Amino acid sequence: MAAGEVLLGAVEQIPTGEGRTFRVGELEIAVFHTAEEQVYATQALCPHRQGPLADGLLGGTTLMCPLHDRTFDLKSGCGTSHEHLGLVTYPAWVVDGQIWVRPEPVQAEAAE
Amino acid sequence: MSKQRLVVVGNGMAGARAVEEVLARGGAEMFDIVMFGDEPYGNYNRILLSEILNGTQDTDGITMNPLSWYAENGITLHAGHRVEKIDRAAKVVIANTGVRERYDKLMIATGSRAFIPPMQGVRIEDGSLKPGVFGYRTVADCQQIVDYARSSKVAVTIGGGLLGLEAARSMTVLGCESHVVHLAGHLMEMQLDVAAGGLLKKTIEGMNIQVHTAKQTTEVLGSDKVEGLRFKDGTELLCDLVIVAAGIRPNSEIGQFSGLTVERAIVVNDHMQSVDDRDIYVVGECAQHRGRLYGLVAPLYEQAKVFAEHVTQTNVNAAYHGSKLATKLKVMGVELASMGITDPTDDNDEVVQFTEPKRGTYKKLIVRDGRLVGGILMGDISKAPFLMQAFAQNAPLPDERLSLMFDLGTPSAKVTYDEMPAETQVCNCNGVTKAGIAACVIAGANSSKAVMTQTRAGMGCGACKGEVTELVSWLLGGEVEEDPSVHYYVPTIPLRKPELMREVVARGLKSVSSVFRELGNGEVDAGAKPALASLLITVWKGEYDDERDARFINDRVHANIQKDGTFSVIPEMPGGVCTPDELVRIGQVAQKYNVPLVKLTGGQRVDLVGLKKDDLPKIWSDLGFKAGYAWGKSYRTCKSCIGTDFCRFGLGDSMGFAQRIERRYRGIDSPAKLKLATAGCPRNCSEAYVKDVGFVAIGDGKWEIYVGGAAGAHIRKGDLLTTAKDETEAMLIGSRFMQFYRENAKWKERTYTFMERVGLERVRAVVVEDSEGICADLDAAMEASIAACVDPWLEAVAPKTANQFTSVIPAKEEV
Repeated sequence: MAAGEVLLGAVEQIPTGEGRTFRVGELEIAVFHTAEEQVYATQALCPHRQGPLADGLLGGTTLMCPLHDRTFDLKSGCGTSHEHLGLVTYPAWVVDGQIWVRPEPVQAEAAE
Repeated sequence: MSKQRLVVVGNGMAGARAVEEVLARGGAEMFDIVMFGDEPYGNYNRILLSEILNGTQDTDGITMNPLSWYAENGITLHAGHRVEKIDRAAKVVIANTGVRERYDKLMIATGSRAFIPPMQGVRIEDGSLKPGVFGYRTVADCQQIVDYARSSKVAVTIGGGLLGLEAARSMTVLGCESHVVHLAGHLMEMQLDVAAGGLLKKTIEGMNIQVHTAKQTTEVLGSDKVEGLRFKDGTELLCDLVIVAAGIRPNSEIGQFSGLTVERAIVVNDHMQSVDDRDIYVVGECAQHRGRLYGLVAPLYEQAKVFAEHVTQTNVNAAYHGSKLATKLKVMGVELASMGITDPTDDNDEVVQFTEPKRGTYKKLIVRDGRLVGGILMGDISKAPFLMQAFAQNAPLPDERLSLMFDLGTPSAKVTYDEMPAETQVCNCNGVTKAGIAACVIAGANSSKAVMTQTRAGMGCGACKGEVTELVSWLLGGEVEEDPSVHYYVPTIPLRKPELMREVVARGLKSVSSVFRELGNGEVDAGAKPALASLLITVWKGEYDDERDARFINDRVHANIQKDGTFSVIPEMPGGVCTPDELVRIGQVAQKYNVPLVKLTGGQRVDLVGLKKDDLPKIWSDLGFKAGYAWGKSYRTCKSCIGTDFCRFGLGDSMGFAQRIERRYRGIDSPAKLKLATAGCPRNCSEAYVKDVGFVAIGDGKWEIYVGGAAGAHIRKGDLLTTAKDETEAMLIGSRFMQFYRENAKWKERTYTFMERVGLERVRAVVVEDSEGICADLDAAMEASIAACVDPWLEAVAPKTANQFTSVIPAKEEV
């Protein structure tokens, strides 16, 4: 694996359809394991009021924050309920049942 | 040729509608249009003002023409400017703000204002209304009432017409004790006869509104603000808020100041022109046509159309001939249709009448020479379309009068719509005919929602929505597109809750994902997952296939998430009672885990707040209590007073009853939280009157059962469902109510909203009188749900999912 890529652990650490928060060095990242067996990684806290996103509800690739129901698209990080809110996402993938992430932020393009 | 200038004074429902009609006839090419409006908004639907008052809509929600509409149509709008004078010689209007506009054609639609009857003390020295007295006519009135109601206890509405009754109902929603004072001997005397008015009064009193008829208010008491009302009969009523909905007066002063003939309102000819000046038209409540004034929307929309046809010269013969008054409306959830006279006026008038007081159904028709001259339908208005048509067209009636009131041998809807003449008006509020709806469908609208948006049919009082939907469906030959509707249980599955439940059972769908897969549109709606989980567990109980990802976080970790992502833990404490040992144990746990906050809850329990998710299982184990279910949409707790054990006044064992309730219902999921209470006597120390279900001991072992109470954001005294002869019966009926609610309430619909939607009469009929024969089923379903409940805190030792309670997982390794 290339430098800067981090092995989080077995995909079974995250139940299907849920998220968990991981620590990579100083950084906390929310990682989601969708019903379609994809993984996505985003910033850990909601940009609205810092709700723990890993505790949110998933529907497809839509994530709903547990505190005030703000929704986001996991693929792009874009806010879907409030377009001015966006999430930092991180490239994440699964190889041989193991989750990998590259902790380099991809900033969502906030819509005007 | 340069355009003419059309200036419209008045931006209410008549003014804006008139301009729409002008635009629909190519008016934008003919005229530069300028509008003046007194109020600082676009045009809104005044019929829906009560929804502003009770908070179900904001100004946006009732806006018919937003400010953008004016811009898009090239209309100059002077909102917040009141035109005070017309200089007819110079053809200029002048507003109070100094704004002047020249006109070629002028249209006056200034409408009307609330009439404040003469009463001593209604005004203060400067001539304004005494603080606490409000008219009821504008959004601003409503906003002031809402603000004032925050610190008010008793609200009186003067005037028992449609507006007054809606206002009174909203006052109960705002948490006030609500009264209606009405001058006439019965309510809505313009539309109803004595019997129907009496029936309506009973229905309204069932909604916790006290009705005083044949009462004339003579004085508003209080020196610097309202403290009560005095009546002509010498009686008084203490109150701190008064709404005056005693009729309207046309705003016709502008006509007087400008030299136009004004009698009761500005006098117009059949083209809706002032009789003094052919360049000035008058439409709506400020117009007097052939000696009559019209206050309903349907006639004023007819007038707007005549004006538009005439001013644009699309039909120079366009003429208004007056309207026969027939109206369908919904007052406080009761459907009503009224037309023509309310009582016979001729010895030969034939009266056909049917009454079923228990259901609130009343039908009365007055037939003269084989034709309908008057009618009242209340409760069941299914025959209203036919009757209103017969009335409007003065059509001969079938000899069998019974068929006027009931569908005998039910002719199918298809036949009815087939036979319905094209010009029949379907929506009376917005004046939309069958032909108008058909034209819209032919132009490509393929759903009732699209038709409603484009034609406005059904967008007034809403009473005709069902008919519009049926008609659209008939026009489309059954190919109507389903709209995502507020009635669906979840947005992406086009089924109401009872239909969805039947479908779930029929297809054996036991998991949330299977429901989305089989019934959804391919999309999984995150927010709908907990709603479906709740429904499925109610249906399948122990057989429910529990997919944890469908649960909200609180239900995954059996604790209540806080603003900082920590959780709160509330152990079960039935009836608010625990042993000294248990109390010590809670304290020890609080110390051991360094709980940031220990708080007694409103539900008589101890809340440990600010705990880490990781500590939850250990805390539960150390506590050794059962879960208190203080986190979910479920039965929460049952408060109680001390009851008979120590209290000097106790009439029933409220404490023991509360404990038995808690041990029975703990863990029962429901559409929204259920908070219960038992009170040992009517002093109500445990607040049982304002709980979802409250039991109040009244002696001799009897318990009153109150349902639908609330003392949160909404305050509502519960409805007295029935009085049970003993605790066993009280438990049984309470249980049935909760099961009926579980099966029928919408997601997150609390009992106080549910009761208002379904109605006390229906709920009582079902759960007390077993009118639908389902009590045995309700009882069995609740027993099965109880049997299927497992204490979720047992997951302390047997977690259900990976890292269920882990707040942060360290990465395995960095490369």
